[in-house]
Amino acid sequence: MKRKAPTATLILAITVMSGTVSAEISPVRQAEIIHLLRHDCGSCHGMRLEGGLGPALVAKRFTDWNIDQLALTILYGRPGTPMPPWRPFLTDGEAYWLATRLKEGIQP
Amino acid sequence: MKPLLGLTAGLLFFCGHAAADCLTRGTGDMGIVIERAAGSLQVVDTTAHKALFRVEGLGDLSHASAVYSRDGRYAYIFGRDGGVTKVDILCGKIVTRVVQAGNSIGGAISQDGQLIAVSNYEPGGVKIFSAQDLSLIADIPATGIIDRDGKQKGSKTVGLVDAPGQRFAVSLYDSGEAWVIEMKNPTAPKIQRYTQIGALPYDALVTPDGRYYISGLFGQDGLSLLDLWHPETPPRIILQGYGRGEQMLPVYKMPHLEGWAMAGNRAFLPAVGHHEVLVVRQDDWVETGRVKVHGQPVFVMARPDGRQVWVNFAFPDNDTIQVIDTESLVVVKTLKTGKGALHMEFSPRGEEVWISVRDKDEVQVYDTDSMELMYKLPVDKPSGIFFTSRAHKTGL
Repeated sequence: MKRKAPTATLILAITVMSGTVSAEISPVRQAEIIHLLRHDCGSCHGMRLEGGLGPALVAKRFTDWNIDQLALTILYGRPGTPMPPWRPFLTDGEAYWLATRLKEGIQP
Repeated sequence: MKPLLGLTAGLLFFCGHAAADCLTRGTGDMGIVIERAAGSLQVVDTTAHKALFRVEGLGDLSHASAVYSRDGRYAYIFGRDGGVTKVDILCGKIVTRVVQAGNSIGGAISQDGQLIAVSNYEPGGVKIFSAQDLSLIADIPATGIIDRDGKQKGSKTVGLVDAPGQRFAVSLYDSGEAWVIEMKNPTAPKIQRYTQIGALPYDALVTPDGRYYISGLFGQDGLSLLDLWHPETPPRIILQGYGRGEQMLPVYKMPHLEGWAMAGNRAFLPAVGHHEVLVVRQDDWVETGRVKVHGQPVFVMARPDGRQVWVNFAFPDNDTIQVIDTESLVVVKTLKTGKGALHMEFSPRGEEVWISVRDKDEVQVYDTDSMELMYKLPVDKPSGIFFTSRAHKTGL
C-alpha cells in the first residue's frame, strides 16, 4: 500500500495557482527563499535536503506529488506531523515557486 | 642582539611543535565551533578568545554534535550524513573518520570513555564503536515501522546519552520507545526496551547525576521520565498537559534537550508549541512555574552556577536570546544578536557565554554578569559550540 501525497484540498490548490501564475519573484527574494530553505527548512530536512527528522526533499521523492500538493504542504503544513505552516513567511506565489524548484530537484 | 634572541625564541617555539605542528598545552580551556555550511570546525582557545586551528573535511554538518575523550584531547563529531570524525584538537587534525550510516543525529561516549555510540535516522538504530579507532563493536537496529511513504524502515533514534553502569539510553521517535543499552560486555549488549513511553519523543537528556532520563514529546504535552536507578519501573509521563486549553503554536525548529538546566532543585525545560519555559521541581516532578518568552525555545541552558538560564529560539525569532533570573523567574535581558543565534556554550565556570550567530558568520562572547558583548570571532556559519569541560560530564 503506497501512501499517496495529500489530495484532500485540491480546491485550495486552485486558489493557490490562480493567484500565482503570473507572480514575479525578484532575484533578491529568490535568494532569501533559498536561504530559508537551506537553513530553516534545513533544521528538519537537512541543509542539503537529504532528510533529518523530516523527510528528504529530493526530486525522486516527489514523483507522485504535483506542484500544487507541494505548495499546499509548504503553506499549510502537514497536520499530525511536525511540518508547520509557512504561510506567515511566504506568499502563495513564493510557495508555488519553491514547490516548482523542489519538484524539479534543487541542491541549495 | 635582538634579532638573534628573536630567532632563538622562534627556533625554540618551532621545536616545541615540530613533530606534527601540534600544541603542547592543556586542553581545559579549549573547544570547537562547528562551521555547518562548510563542513569544517574551528578549534578555539577560550582564554585567549581566538581560533587555533581550522579542520576541514567533516562532511555534512548541517546538524552536528560532539563529545570529548576523557583526556580532553579528542573530539568526536557526529554529522548529519552519518559521519563520525575523531579530531585531535592539539594537532588540529582528523585522526579517524567513518561514515557509518546514511543520516544520523548525535552520539555519546561511554562512562569509561572506551565506546562511542551513534544514533541514526537512516537506517534507524544505534551503532557502537571503539573510541580508539572507530571500529564497529555493536549494531543495534531500531524497531521496524511503516513510514508515511509506505516504506518499511527502522524508527529514527534520538536523544542518545551515556549513563552510569556503562549504559546508553536512547529514544525511538517513530515507535515511541526508550531503550537502555548496557555495554559491560561489548560483545553482548543487554537491551532493556520500554514501549509506549509517549508520542513522538524528539530528543532526550539525562540529569547530571545520571539518574533520570527524560524524553521530550512532540506528539503530546508532557515528557517521559525514566528512573535509571529503578529500571524495573517503566517510564511515566511528567508535566502532562502543560499546554492544556492553549492553541499549539507552529514549531519551526525542534527544541533541543541538551544538558540539564538546573537551578537548585528546579529544572528549566522548553515547552513545545508554546512560547514558554517550564519550571519543574526535581524531587516530585511537579510544575512550579512558567516563564513567558520571546518565541519557541530551542536551547534552555543554565549558567553553571544556576543563577541564570539563557534561552535561544526557533525561526523566526532566532535573532534573540533571553536571560531568565532563576530566583525571580523574570526575563532580565533580551539580546538581539543578529539572525541565526543557533547555540550557546558557557565557559566552564560560567563567567562567559559563547553564542553562534549564523547569519553574521561570527561567534559572540558575552560577559554573563554584565550581559555585554565582549568579543567576536569570525566563524563561517557557526552552529554547535562544544568546550572540553564536557569531557567529564555525564550526558554531554
